[in-house]
Amino acid sequence: MIHFSNTTKRYASGQDALLNISFDIEQGEMAFITGHSGAGKSTLLKLIALLERPSRGQVIVNGQNLARVKRRQIPYFRRNIGIIFQDHQLLFDRTVFDNVALPLIIAGHPHREISRRVRPALEKVGLLKKEKHYPITLSGGEQQRVGIARAVVHKPPLLLADEPTGNLDSALSWDIMQIFSDFSQVGVTVLVASHDLELISRMQRRQLILKNGQLQQDNPAQS
Amino acid sequence: MKSASTQSKHGQDLKRQHQPNLITRSGSYFVRHAQTLIYTLGQLLRDPFSMLMTATVIGIALALPTGLHVLLKSAELLSGEIDGATQISLFLKKGVNEKQAQQLAGRLRQMPEVGKVRFISKQDALKEFKQNAGFTEAMKALDENPLPHVVVIHPSIKHTGEQAMQKLLAQLQGMVHVDVAQLDEEWIKRLYTIMDFIKRGVWILATMLALAVLLVVGNTIRLAIQNRRDEIVIVKLIGGTDAFIRRPFLYTGFWYGLFGALIAFVLINTALFLLNDPIERLARLYHSDILLSSLDAQTSLLLFACGILLGLAGSWLAVGRHLRDIEPR
Repeated sequence: MIHFSNTTKRYASGQDALLNISFDIEQGEMAFITGHSGAGKSTLLKLIALLERPSRGQVIVNGQNLARVKRRQIPYFRRNIGIIFQDHQLLFDRTVFDNVALPLIIAGHPHREISRRVRPALEKVGLLKKEKHYPITLSGGEQQRVGIARAVVHKPPLLLADEPTGNLDSALSWDIMQIFSDFSQVGVTVLVASHDLELISRMQRRQLILKNGQLQQDNPAQS
Repeated sequence: MKSASTQSKHGQDLKRQHQPNLITRSGSYFVRHAQTLIYTLGQLLRDPFSMLMTATVIGIALALPTGLHVLLKSAELLSGEIDGATQISLFLKKGVNEKQAQQLAGRLRQMPEVGKVRFISKQDALKEFKQNAGFTEAMKALDENPLPHVVVIHPSIKHTGEQAMQKLLAQLQGMVHVDVAQLDEEWIKRLYTIMDFIKRGVWILATMLALAVLLVVGNTIRLAIQNRRDEIVIVKLIGGTDAFIRRPFLYTGFWYGLFGALIAFVLINTALFLLNDPIERLARLYHSDILLSSLDAQTSLLLFACGILLGLAGSWLAVGRHLRDIEPR
């Protein structure tokens, strides 16, 4: 599903955010990227979502060589990825329902289909009763779950999460991880960047540990 | 096994989602555009005061050249009416009495070169003179009517060429009782020159004000884009195309143009209503029934088309310049 080979990302400042990274992640796998802050976790996710381009090396996602994806095609490429952010990135002038519906509206789905898909996504994260609320009235954990519902509503084969539990207590974090686990159960590839080592070790999934832009360790799942 | 089947089902879902069938696609395409249109209108009406301010600026900028255009057009109509009737005035000799003058008019009517003949007796001329020129007091001081009888001739259609006119003029000049035969043409030529000049002025003004509208809309849209920067970033992150992001801003420009044109329409019609009285009087002076009570359909259509086009163009410029700068990081 995701294939990195000798990938390097050097920013204009001359700093190497990632250096010669190579790994593979299979479809349906759930993996964590960890490391100290500045180790390159976010950069790695950005390369997968085409928010950045690698300086050297290859990135292949879902069989598609990203070097060949032109700027014009990026939106269509991103529709195959659900992205979850630490700061949720919700639209505060729209209801929970409208926020979750956004990827479907963007892809041009007809109206009937939109509600048919948004409700199950909200149900999955336990927020069906709050569909008419505005995000500002929700707690941090609820906002994050709205973000998750939005990321999965169009059923992307790949889910990326950048510090999804950064602002949440451990119980809420655990709930969110369980939701991710459920998605990987049904074939969605899930890649989570996090520095919450305690939580990650409890999950017993594969860990890619970055240090100073290099892949220091690749620990397989323990189950 | 179970997981494999759910996986393949998921794969089918994916394929279906990326190839929606054409009919629902084009149907929802129009629905989406209509929704965006209504949505942007709603957004604008949330803050009606600032929307109205911008629209009024656009309205005034559109009203100025349009109003001038309307005045110019009616002046053209008026002069056209006069021009269609290039006329020769025969001022008769002092001693000619009314009966002789009438006979002359009768003779002139027989001539094939002459189309229409109008006889103005010196009494009538005096009356008209008193009415129009405000010379009432001065006229009262005179013992006798200083005006001559006048016969006004419109050449028949066949004889309006330059040469024919000159020939006719010489012929009339030679007739008995005729003091002076005068071709009333010079002032029309002068009027045309002046109107050409004004017309060009209106075009220059219109061009400059169109540029102003473009910039007003462009700047307003630029601010709107900056205000919704976060939203644009999010939409780009989840796969919104440039066209999708552009659309609401273009429609916002459309609404500004439409409302600006509407305001211009109201302004011009109000101005015409206020000008109606003097214009009517002026028209009567020229024996014309040209009326300027409201904008005609053609000009209105042009006004609205220009407003909307400028609104769209202004927002297009702003969107093209500023949307590319906003990229998720």
